[in-house]
Amino acid sequence: MFRRLDADAGDISFRFNDTEIVARQGDSVAAALLAAGLCAIRATPVTGASRAPYCMMGVCFDCLVEIDGVGNRQACLIPARNGMIVRRQTGARDLL
Amino acid sequence: MRDIWDVVVIGAGPAGLAAATTLAEQGASVILFDENLGPGGQVYRGIEQTASHPSLRAALGADYASGGALADRFRRSTAAYLPASLVWQVTPDREVWVSCDGASTRMQAGQVIVATGAMERPVPVPGWTLPGVMTVGALQTLLKSASMVPDVPFVLTGSGPLLLLFAQQCLKVGAPPAAILDTTTRTNAIAAARLLPAAMKGQGWRYLLKGLALKRALRESAIRQYSHVTGIRIEGTDHATGVSFHANGQAHRIDAAIVALHEGVIPAQQMARSIGCAFSWNDRQACFVPDTDAWGNSSMPGILIAGDGAGIGGAIAAEHSGRLTAFEALRRLSRIDAAGRDTLAAADLRARNAHLAVRDFLDQLYAPPPEILAPADDVLVCRCEEITAGELREVARQGCQGPNQAKSFLRTGMGPCQGRLCGPIVSAVLAQAHNVGMDDIGYFRIRPPLKPITVGEIAEMGGRLIDA
Ligand code: FES
Repeated sequence: MFRRLDADAGDISFRFNDTEIVARQGDSVAAALLAAGLCAIRATPVTGASRAPYCMMGVCFDCLVEIDGVGNRQACLIPARNGMIVRRQTGARDLL
Repeated sequence: MRDIWDVVVIGAGPAGLAAATTLAEQGASVILFDENLGPGGQVYRGIEQTASHPSLRAALGADYASGGALADRFRRSTAAYLPASLVWQVTPDREVWVSCDGASTRMQAGQVIVATGAMERPVPVPGWTLPGVMTVGALQTLLKSASMVPDVPFVLTGSGPLLLLFAQQCLKVGAPPAAILDTTTRTNAIAAARLLPAAMKGQGWRYLLKGLALKRALRESAIRQYSHVTGIRIEGTDHATGVSFHANGQAHRIDAAIVALHEGVIPAQQMARSIGCAFSWNDRQACFVPDTDAWGNSSMPGILIAGDGAGIGGAIAAEHSGRLTAFEALRRLSRIDAAGRDTLAAADLRARNAHLAVRDFLDQLYAPPPEILAPADDVLVCRCEEITAGELREVARQGCQGPNQAKSFLRTGMGPCQGRLCGPIVSAVLAQAHNVGMDDIGYFRIRPPLKPITVGEIAEMGGRLIDA
């Protein structure tokens, strides 16, 4: 889906479900997932429809993921960090 | 960290940076909270990282690069700064609750400057929730902050300066879109022409020249372009595969795995509304705008609103507006008197007006096409709770009087985005259904917490949530 303008793939890595994601320092989790070729990163609680980051600026909440055990984190606002455990959210109604 | 501040500034875009810098330079204690990792807001997103990527900086253009000086001056000031922090509640008596790294703290502000800027207008077209559909601003954010460009055929659709600017930036980095579908209407173009003479005043001519240069660059490119486009529909089941539309009296279809939408920007309302600031519908900009005076004072004492969040004026106007609110905050804190404020503010007042001269023209030219505010029945209005415009019209027929009642009928606005995206559309659809004005139909009541925080976080704080 996306490519980087320069060759530098990055030197940090985290897990998204069972996949190892390589990211650059300064990437948001959402940018890193998109760069890794992942797009549909969540499913809606109502119909289970696939969703992907839409606004990349904290407005739409279609990038919600679980990060290090905490649900409903906005992947477009959270910096990617080495060793993070990120999980896809499916099904359950989001708790606010 | 201290917990009492003269001024708390929320948002590190041009308005917030200018406000915080000015306050610090004038000797006030000020802290700036921002969701992003670095200063710049959306318009100067990634401004510090791109400093070491000269070719990307060049492609993004001189206006973008000018944000560097603003960020530098802010960094050199004594303003405290907490990036990657989420302000989730501001009370009418100016208690500010902020979450950072999973822990919340509370501070007391003498004055609060809300500089939460603008968001892209929601563009409810069929298929807009499919993966692969993003806003033009989202693609630009990926470019600025992560040097990322689509490597699949992509299409830019909509209207407005950002769309043209981004198309040109894509050209410069060698990743042009497959097509541009321009939805600017003929009616708008004709109506805007009458406003041209006034638009050339002040700094207006600079914007017009820049726009002409952008259009010329795009015309000379190999990008397929369609004008006066209507009926945009994004195709695909699990992912966008293409976009169909009407132009020149014909139906068209283009393959695309990424479709970017843009119909201009509107003030982000969440923060100011949650504090209780009054808003009014602005017909010219087709959005709700907070009631503010020339200094940024909102209807709530001690809550000032700076920059695009107080009405769309663009990055430079926002910077001046940030300084103006800073001077007013100093006056409200009794650090200067009204005469002192007026002297300090004179240059910024003049400059802001000069940069606003072009606005009437731009607002008219890029007013959203009617179908954006009146989506077809089968289009999802509320992305979170998956409610269509048709369902909303049906409850209106059953007696649902307004947006807040629609929450209990349909849960619109009660999902994770808390109505940020569906709010403007829900109000528009209900106003049309009842044949009343936007101010009469109103808007969602916004309640804290404004951001998802954990129950544990609230418990640790003693759980003093104010039901605004
Ligand atoms: S992509 Fe919209 S909130 Fe993260």
